Amino acid sequence: MASLDDLKKRIASVKSTQKITKAMKMVAAAKLRRAQESAEKGRPYSEKMNNVILNLSNGISDKENAPKLLSGTGDDKVHLCVVMTSDRGLCGGFNSNIIKKAKSFFSKISNENKELKIITVGSKGNDQLKRLYGDKIIENISFKESKNANYFDADKVGKIIIEKFESGEFDVCTIFYNQFKNVITQIPQAQQIIPLNNEGDENNSDESYEFEPDEDEILSNLLPKNISTQIFKAMLENSASEQGSRMSAMDNATRNAGEMVDKLTIVYNRSRQAAITKELIEIISGAESL
Amino acid sequence: MSEDFKVEIVNPEKSFLVKEDVSEVVVPAFEGEMGILRDHISIISFLKPGIIKILSKSGDENYYVEDGIVEFKNNNLSILTSKIFDLSNIDKSKMQILLKEAEEEANKPKIDDQAKYLIDQKIDVLRSLN
Repeated sequence: MASLDDLKKRIASVKSTQKITKAMKMVAAAKLRRAQESAEKGRPYSEKMNNVILNLSNGISDKENAPKLLSGTGDDKVHLCVVMTSDRGLCGGFNSNIIKKAKSFFSKISNENKELKIITVGSKGNDQLKRLYGDKIIENISFKESKNANYFDADKVGKIIIEKFESGEFDVCTIFYNQFKNVITQIPQAQQIIPLNNEGDENNSDESYEFEPDEDEILSNLLPKNISTQIFKAMLENSASEQGSRMSAMDNATRNAGEMVDKLTIVYNRSRQAAITKELIEIISGAESL
Repeated sequence: MSEDFKVEIVNPEKSFLVKEDVSEVVVPAFEGEMGILRDHISIISFLKPGIIKILSKSGDENYYVEDGIVEFKNNNLSILTSKIFDLSNIDKSKMQILLKEAEEEANKPKIDDQAKYLIDQKIDVLRSLN
């Protein structure tokens, strides 16, 4: 059995760990509010963008000559997967959930004998995928310096993707991120962004638009922007999810540390009492034997 | 009032501006400036660098934009843009920086015609502002 001193040290160390996790929880909670706010504020833009593109793509009569970003290359041999994770750890299952989702998609692709290329955004995803899919990762992008998700960074990622698409490096592009539902629940998502998947979206406006310049030109201007916008949306959702996930993970850790302190304190008190009782017995039996 | 319509400007971070009582908006569309009044036909167009003028009863406002998309439908004007500045309280030094960046961009050897056109527009507008 551990000595009293050992127990004391143990309790002190668990308590200080608890202090750290508590502080992290508070920080995550404060950041979460901000991240959630900006995720909500960012929604109108991506929704509007989607609407406009929907209206445009329905207006296009000549589907054959539609821009490739919209209709695809006509092939689906090479898949590009953009896995978006966080740069920091200690956020519960946040990163591993995305990775799990991505890995199951990867094995599906390789089962179908298709080529796989991976871009990782965020260093945690890169760390986890390096071992198994190291040769498939063509790029790793990390935004450790930027504090919050901003459009500038998203635009950079978007430009890289478009560049690769235009040089014919892949046919289909899918992004993986966590969608923020609430603090406890984040849903890992796989979203196809090239070619644009508009199926299921009903176009309820039968109004025809005037285009200036013509549809093709607007579309070819708009589609690259839409890629960046979708990535930005994913980044916002991701950062809100990360903070939410971290908050609940740290909340659990704090609670567990509390339980541990309670248990250790009981053990400590028991062994202290046992030591006293033992001493007493020794004194009494010593006195009796006289 | 029947002369008014609604304008909404959104950028990726947030809804930048919503105004209900606008009588006219002038936007720098790709093929030239375009004034939009109430009951304009539904239109989609995109923007080149320039100045958005919003005229309303509560006063006129001017914004500098670098790019964007305009959509007008059912007397709702939506402007999506990634870079927008309010001209009434803009930092002169910031505009100088933007101008410098644009000039550097324009001097790059490899640049296609459309990009060149856009960047020249940008320089013109920024020069006129400074």
